[in-house]
Amino acid sequence: MIKVEEKLYQNRYRVDADRPHIRIRNPELCNEQCDTHACTVCCPAGCWSFEDGKIGLITDGCLECGTCRVICDKFANVDWNYPRAGFGILFKFG
Amino acid sequence: MNQPTEKFDVIVVGAGPAGNAAAYTLAKAGKKVLQLERGEYPGSKNVQGAILYADALEKIIPDFRDSAPLERHVVEQRMWLMEEQSHLGTHFRSDQYNQQPGNRYTIIRARFDKWFSDQVQQAGALVLCEMTVTELLKDESGRVIGVNVDRENGRIYADAVILADGVNSLVASRAGLREDIKPAAVALGVKEIIFMPKETIDARFNLTGQEGAVIEMFGSISEGMVGTGFLYTNKDSISVGIGCMLSDMKQQQTTPVELLEKLKRHPSVAPLIAGGETREYAAHLLPEGGYDALPKLYGEGWMLVGDSAGFLNAVHREGSNLAMTTGRLAAETLLELFAAGQPASASNLARYQARLDESFVMKDLKKYRKIPGMLDRQRQFVADYPGLLNQAAFNFFSVDGRDKEAKEKEIIASFRQRRSLLGLLGDAFRVWRATR
Ligand SMILES: Cc1cc2nc3c(=O)[nH]c(=O)nc-3n(C[C@H](O)[C@H](O)[C@H](O)COP(=O)(O)OP(=O)(O)OC[C@H]3O[C@@H](n4cnc5c(N)ncnc54)[C@H](O)[C@@H]3O)c2cc1C
Ligand code: SF4
Ligand code: SF4
Repeated sequence: MIKVEEKLYQNRYRVDADRPHIRIRNPELCNEQCDTHACTVCCPAGCWSFEDGKIGLITDGCLECGTCRVICDKFANVDWNYPRAGFGILFKFG
Repeated sequence: MNQPTEKFDVIVVGAGPAGNAAAYTLAKAGKKVLQLERGEYPGSKNVQGAILYADALEKIIPDFRDSAPLERHVVEQRMWLMEEQSHLGTHFRSDQYNQQPGNRYTIIRARFDKWFSDQVQQAGALVLCEMTVTELLKDESGRVIGVNVDRENGRIYADAVILADGVNSLVASRAGLREDIKPAAVALGVKEIIFMPKETIDARFNLTGQEGAVIEMFGSISEGMVGTGFLYTNKDSISVGIGCMLSDMKQQQTTPVELLEKLKRHPSVAPLIAGGETREYAAHLLPEGGYDALPKLYGEGWMLVGDSAGFLNAVHREGSNLAMTTGRLAAETLLELFAAGQPASASNLARYQARLDESFVMKDLKKYRKIPGMLDRQRQFVADYPGLLNQAAFNFFSVDGRDKEAKEKEIIASFRQRRSLLGLLGDAFRVWRATR
């Protein structure tokens, strides 16, 4: 099974270290009330994880698609922004 | 870079096909245009299959073929209904597509967007990259009078603002001009670009010179979700990808990466991409809600164009041409108003809506208005038919000593087993009605 990391490795990024552009509004909601954790399945870059009852988000490989914000419609728990101008994914081909 | 302090005729947010079409049309007519793009360069954030439909661009830049970075012109279109081990499909190939001027081209978006942006700048627009618009500026009456960018003293003013900021359109939803997109109105597309020598592609697809082939795929590859796959030939690379509705994706357990890998492993697809080198993996949303998901398209001092309004024809895989056309129509609306010395008020911008209604954009979206809902409710179209048809073909073409009449009966029985006769007739009617 190919890992998403191997795919992201092909891409070019300018990572804005320690300034994640997406935040979880209330992690408790994810951990205790959300029963689907759909973000962990649908994110094309594997940025979201749910392990040991805890939601995790690392935005370094983010493709800036917006999926996590859109699918979290029940709880609207994703505070989604573009990275600072010039940072983030840099598609060579698109 | 310092922010401009003077006032502009028009600010265009975003440098994709919609924004570029608008900015080009306005700048060419001598208007003072500022275009703001959040990426390092135009195209650095943008993803497409990608097929370019010549007609929409021709209406903006008639001689685009002389300089645009076109990969191949499409001479063959395949449609595949897929089952795990097979596909049943149609090919349409015509030498007519070799005649100039070409009709459809494959392109690589990052290269194409850069080229388009060069044309915009040559036409006289000021294009600033690495500038993210964070909000719209409004006066006391609520009229949009400019934008704020993520820089110090980031306020910039204009007589009108064209929002071409793409499918997520945070600017519009945060300003309350539209609601955020809903999972049922948007698909997630993931794709990869795989490089290999031009001769290999030519041989595998039976192409010569600049000829190109495209394959659209439906069926088992989307695992019961409403979705489609695609494979497009570029000069020395192949773009392969798959898109599925988010309302479906959020209810199942297959990740987008797995979907793409499964498509690439399919025995009909794998030999076409074998030995190639993947150089990029990309993902982007597509607004597929159609006519019924369109928000209000204009107001006091503002207009929505392209993906930010949801202008996309999912049935025909057309988006960039609707983006360019709506960008151009928005620009032409403003040119008409400026020429008459009239302001970009909501009542005057109603002419943008009128232009849209007269164009193929609205006519096509209206024609297919029932398709998104039909596919969502009538799962047999994605879940049953591709498999049934493949089994039928396998049964029909396998020579195994059974007589033909028995085989036909078996095929009919296999359909009736999954769908009642009334259901089958109903489906035929649904397709007819949804595409009328
Ligand atoms: C996988 C896939 C395959 C596709 N295949 C095809 C195809 O074969 N043919 C076809 O015609 N269409 C296709 N489409 C659809 C097509 O890509 C879109 O319809 C088209 O790109 C829309 O153009 P746009 O200019 O409206 O938006 P975009 O191309 O998304 O451009 C928006 C621009 O705005 C910028 N921006 C966003 N927010 C801000 C901000 N706040 N401030 C400054 N800048 C901002 C972005 O960086 C971007 O450059 C496909 C789409 C996908 C995802
Ligand atoms: S879907 Fe929303 S609420 Fe659920 S885990 Fe993901 S972010 Fe949290
Ligand atoms: S925007 Fe897309 S790629 Fe980024 S974290 Fe959300 S779902 Fe993943």
